[in-house]
Amino acid sequence: MAFMRLPRWAIALPVALSIAGLSGCGSGAPATSTGSTPAPAGGGAGEVTVFAAASLTGTFTELGKIFEAAHPGTTVRFNFGSSATLAQQIAQGAPADVFAAASPATMKIVTDASPAGTPATFVRNKLQIAVPADNPAKVDELKDLTDSEVKVALCAEQVPCGAAAVKALDAAGLKVTPVTLEQDVKATLTKVELGEVDAALVYRTDVIASAGKVRGISFPEADQAINDYPIAALAKAPAGDLAQRFVDLVLSRQGKDVLTKAGFEAP
Amino acid sequence: MTSSTPERAGPAAPQGGAGGAGGRPVSSDRISGRPPWLLVVPAVLGLAFLVLPLTGLLIRAPWTTLLRRLTEPHVLEALRLSLVCATVATAVCLLLGVPLAWLLARVSFPGRRLVRALVTVPLVLPPVVGGVALLLVLGRRGLVGQWLDSTFGITLPFTTAGVIVAEAFVAMPFLVISVEGALRAADQRFEEAAATLGASRWTVFRRVTLPLIMPGVVAGAVLCWARALGEFGATITFAGNFPGTTRTMPLAVYLALETEPEAAIVLSLVLLAVSVIILAGLRDRWVNSP
Repeated sequence: MAFMRLPRWAIALPVALSIAGLSGCGSGAPATSTGSTPAPAGGGAGEVTVFAAASLTGTFTELGKIFEAAHPGTTVRFNFGSSATLAQQIAQGAPADVFAAASPATMKIVTDASPAGTPATFVRNKLQIAVPADNPAKVDELKDLTDSEVKVALCAEQVPCGAAAVKALDAAGLKVTPVTLEQDVKATLTKVELGEVDAALVYRTDVIASAGKVRGISFPEADQAINDYPIAALAKAPAGDLAQRFVDLVLSRQGKDVLTKAGFEAP
Repeated sequence: MTSSTPERAGPAAPQGGAGGAGGRPVSSDRISGRPPWLLVVPAVLGLAFLVLPLTGLLIRAPWTTLLRRLTEPHVLEALRLSLVCATVATAVCLLLGVPLAWLLARVSFPGRRLVRALVTVPLVLPPVVGGVALLLVLGRRGLVGQWLDSTFGITLPFTTAGVIVAEAFVAMPFLVISVEGALRAADQRFEEAAATLGASRWTVFRRVTLPLIMPGVVAGAVLCWARALGEFGATITFAGNFPGTTRTMPLAVYLALETEPEAAIVLSLVLLAVSVIILAGLRDRWVNSP
């Protein structure tokens, strides 16, 4: 009865909006990866779809341009995100041609689920302590992160940068209580850039990519938590041969140059 | 489940409002003839569209290990946090949102259209962007947050209060829009009559307007609570993700999805079951079901 007196829009609008809002919530999840729902690769041979770890965003975008220049008429499409998310997407049948992961463990999820070429380690990455440019908490070594006054962000243990952080802290025999466990390395870095945390453990390459917005501090225990990045062309690759050629480019001299320039280490 | 809430709230018309609706058809049962297939077919399709994903969850659920997974402490912890935060966020929305809706519906002021549009901003904004916006304002170095920190020593990010702020931000429009709709549809003659009898504007609001629009308020609060319960993007961006303080069920689901999709399904089912039970319970409590 009461609702009979509501204008129709008053009923329809909240309903419509709730649908919009709830779906918006879902799509918010992988927002750190650009274009996280790749369209089916119906384009065929002219298109290579590369799923790559968030930490490869800058370098792989550059390599994609090089690849497109070398193979006129082809386009390289990227899906950047946390390696663990990407691995699940591929295991669930996402149409990827190439997978570049930030850890062998996430690569294994993919190679276990479907046949792929043998993964090759193409770079290694090391952790650094990232602090805001003005370093408000005066952090200068790993031990400082154990101070309860220092707000620390780490990656969640489920994603490679988080697994590496745990390994490094274990190696140092330190116990850090972070204020947040972020879902990928870029989200962790953002918390430092905004000054919401005093320090975070991220990759050296992310510090370099932030172009001065955060400062990186190296620490010796990082050597015991080096991440190997494997890359593989997937056997069911819709792009076929092109997929392997992209992998070849990444492993080539030219690929190495791009990657080491960004702070990655050669394997 | 949220889609039919305005209707559910309908029959709970307060005494004051029942008279105003007199003379209109009470329910569709009075209209004879078959429901036209032009309405029934899309309705069934719509229902299937909403329910099928749920079936997918049920089919893929690891039933054999369900009980063991459910009783894991971190699941209960996340569930408790989710329920507490969504409920407090709804309370905050009621405290601020009902007056805001009243202002929009009853007081004419310059720029009202613009304000009304601004209220819906959190609906349009991707939740992650909402979270970033909250950080820029209420974060440790944010416009207001800086002052909160230096004056009161309060920092919202990475705290349970931060989760509530994020959820209230995203969910409040649902409440405001519902309540404003109810207010604009309510018969204003009751308010006028009360005023001529000498009631102050506050008394009119408390004794006449509020009971009159109660179904709309309840419907809005239910929508608001449901939205807050499922909130993910703004929460993880603004409040971060730490077990016990800010890791609500949706965050736990997302993280579980990274390594163990089965655990994510279990968590989703728990969230779903709890919200359905509570919403169904509310319906009996607030509405005299036909």
